[in-house]
Amino acid sequence: MTRRLLLLLPLLGFLGLSLFLYQGLSLNPFHRDSALMARDFPEFDMVTLEDPERRVDRSLLANGEVTLVNVWGEWCPECKREMPQLLDLAERGIRLVGISYKDTREKGLGFLEDFGNPFEINIFDPDGELAFELGVYGAPETFLVDREGIIRYHHTGYISASDVREHILPEVQKWQ
Amino acid sequence: MAVIRLALIGVLTLLMAGTLQAGAIEVREFDDPVLEQRYRSLTASLRCPTCENQAINDSNAPVSGDMRDRVYLLLQDGRSDMEIRDHMVQRFGDYVLYNPRLEGRTFLLWGLPAGLVVAGGVLVALVVRARRNASARELSAEERARLEVLINRGRPE
Repeated sequence: MTRRLLLLLPLLGFLGLSLFLYQGLSLNPFHRDSALMARDFPEFDMVTLEDPERRVDRSLLANGEVTLVNVWGEWCPECKREMPQLLDLAERGIRLVGISYKDTREKGLGFLEDFGNPFEINIFDPDGELAFELGVYGAPETFLVDREGIIRYHHTGYISASDVREHILPEVQKWQ
Repeated sequence: MAVIRLALIGVLTLLMAGTLQAGAIEVREFDDPVLEQRYRSLTASLRCPTCENQAINDSNAPVSGDMRDRVYLLLQDGRSDMEIRDHMVQRFGDYVLYNPRLEGRTFLLWGLPAGLVVAGGVLVALVVRARRNASARELSAEERARLEVLINRGRPE
């Protein structure tokens, strides 16, 4: 009898494998962790959107404060839609730094005028140089940088009000 | 929920395709045919991070364009294929490799097929050996006597 049951083993193995692969079908490939998770925010030396004379570097983000770094562009409709949520975060006293991604200065400043400016400062990245170092593959993307300048959380795409409640705020509190 | 998510991705992809159609993939000039060959195989083996399943050599996504630029620059800079792949993985993650690297985490992925072949071979060998042993054993005197009786049973006296 036990020998008979042994014959079921291949079938069980097959079912197990099917179940495992079936689960893979419902995974969203865009919900993967950033390669920079738990690593230092990359070094950079760039000018700001607001002032072409002002240079900023990594020390901007390793100054003892938890910061949300948001990559946005005037050409990106999702970025406009998430501005109310970012303004809400700023109102709660959370520090936000923007990266103006692949925009002209004019368009970037126009965007902030039209949709509000929750950012303490905006890094001007017209060629996507810093964004490439961050592994950004589409805007908007948001990184949570801890007090020492280490990336602790990454959100790809639009941030909804419920994302703020369920993910962003708890993560900010966790690292504060 | 999954349907909504899929629809969203679809819409996003369309939007991106719409804003960035910008024309065909650029043609690059190389002085060195070896470098050109390496450029081709590298851009064919790196996966576009924002597409569903496309190598960066046939994707119009802006990030693919940026990645091709970077591959080109690094090649001109004399970097090895390995260094260039690492450069991309450090920024965009393992996702960009069509051939995952052999490491602790991917051990099962690479090892399982070979492991299954070996296990199957061992199983076949065991079965064959068990059969051979069974047929090779000689009958004991007692068994021979019983066999004799069985054979003679049907015969007329």
